Amino acid sequence: MLKGKVFKYGSNVDTDAIIPARYLNVSEPSELAKHCMEDIDLEFVRKVNHGDILVATTNFGCGSSREHAPIAIKAAGVSAVVAKSFARIFFRNAINIGLPLLESPETVDNTDAGDILEISLETGIISNVTKGKIFKAKPYPKFMSDIISSGGLVEYTKKKIAGRAP
Amino acid sequence: MTLAEKILAAHSDKKSLSPGDFINVRPDLILSNDITAPIAIKEFRKLGVKKVLDPGKIVMVPDHFVPNKDIASAEQAKMLREFAQEQGIIYFECGQMGIEHVLLHEQGLALPGDVIIGADSHTCTYGALGAFATGMGSTDIATAMATGEIWMKVPPTMRFVYHGKPGKWVGGKDLILYTIGRIGVDGALYAAMEFTGEAIDNLSMDGRFTMSNMAIEAGGKAGMFRADGKTLEYVSTRAKRPYTVHELGPESECASVTEYDISKLEPQVAAPHLPSNVKPVSALSGVKIDQVVIGSCTNGRLEDLRLAASVIKGHKVAPYVRCIVIPGSQQVYLDAMAEGIVETFIRSGCAFSTPTCGPCLGGHMGILAAGERAVSTTNRNFVGRMGSPKSEVYLANPAVAAASAVLGRIANPDEV
Ligand code: SF4
Repeated sequence: MLKGKVFKYGSNVDTDAIIPARYLNVSEPSELAKHCMEDIDLEFVRKVNHGDILVATTNFGCGSSREHAPIAIKAAGVSAVVAKSFARIFFRNAINIGLPLLESPETVDNTDAGDILEISLETGIISNVTKGKIFKAKPYPKFMSDIISSGGLVEYTKKKIAGRAP
Repeated sequence: MTLAEKILAAHSDKKSLSPGDFINVRPDLILSNDITAPIAIKEFRKLGVKKVLDPGKIVMVPDHFVPNKDIASAEQAKMLREFAQEQGIIYFECGQMGIEHVLLHEQGLALPGDVIIGADSHTCTYGALGAFATGMGSTDIATAMATGEIWMKVPPTMRFVYHGKPGKWVGGKDLILYTIGRIGVDGALYAAMEFTGEAIDNLSMDGRFTMSNMAIEAGGKAGMFRADGKTLEYVSTRAKRPYTVHELGPESECASVTEYDISKLEPQVAAPHLPSNVKPVSALSGVKIDQVVIGSCTNGRLEDLRLAASVIKGHKVAPYVRCIVIPGSQQVYLDAMAEGIVETFIRSGCAFSTPTCGPCLGGHMGILAAGERAVSTTNRNFVGRMGSPKSEVYLANPAVAAASAVLGRIANPDEV
């Protein structure tokens, strides 16, 4: 069960906002985390606590393919991102590195910054503890839940390679 | 099947495909750069395999912060160089390189009918050749380098048909900006965009690369053209291996068909801070600027530089404005020199650089201070994209960029 305080953002939060390109001359997660959301929310890094949850409207993570974006979010301590929709490459990247993403327009419409959310990844149930409301996220296709339950694409591929070996 | 489906089917074990299917695809090219390859290499090492499956299909191009802008980026570029030597993959050293999405088709590595994946969102550029090309992340690339395969979800196809004869200053950049302005930055989310119609038949290859390049700015997974006579002429002298031409599928298999008449279209400009915030150039013609950038994987090809030079020739860059011109590759640089274009820019007071992504992503070679404004031929104008989060970027075609450099404000090329 994931539980944390909500940071709420609008639509089209792009990967340059999540981690500006000027910091991409390194790829260590802890270094990237220091600048997470910097260009749209200077306070984020100072205020975020381990387990907190990002909530945003549509097309979260649009723009570049930088895996540094979900890495920075995860390394900043965020446990999950809930949005109405995600940009395609960001979605892949987050699944691949084990940052849970949940698509749930109802949660987004009924949640404010500072609310406490509880999320069960097994059932996709999201409860807004502050408001006493319960929502259900769109389930992952089977193929993706296999990657998630393996612990990310690297572990999934390791199994696949091992299965092939004579 | 649609063009995208035909190409994906030919690279999987499936005979026929429909949107939404999850498939394993065997790509022809696997690309990464000096920002994304370091993570891909680290993840590759975790897989427990020593060698990439097929070094001839793997390309690494250090282009974003190269020539190395600082010690940290030098360390990243070094990782690529060492991995490339160790694995025998295709690699372009500084001095032979260009921006990846200008280089690969120029060198005959990206071809019609290919599936091309790259750890860079603008990998969609190669769709101009009649290929299925899409960007993904570093971990995706790591597993593809090891196994020669990648998972994909088959996208629906959105067809865009362009009618009419474009005006003098209207090119591929204007058509794609206009389209993104109409459908929004998530208007083609997860979809393969297909560009067709008589205006497309008449569009140059360089103009087509510009359009495919910005499919991602509408959320698209790919931006595709049918390979026609122009395409075949372009690839015939470059191709290093056989390739396949697929036709477009029937309209009935497209998820949507959108038609535009572009005969009255003005040059288009995307105002801050989204590529969809598009207006005709005349609506912005009072906006004062501090910098112009002409280059990038969107508009750093020979035709782009030629067009900008034709506008700027005989004029000077406005006082207190800097104009930075960056050819997309060494070949573009050489061709521009041979045509006298480099001299035109320098005599007009422009800075002319070796190929690099540089200012396009706020990396180096032209970063904006707080409060500064740029007109740029690049593809993104997000907050902070080219420097300070308090700076502004306007996206335009090379002719508008050159005219704006001369007048020190956003300008229609006719005004110069
Ligand atoms: S030129 Fe700009 S958009 Fe193109 S690959 Fe380089 S940074 Fe990315």
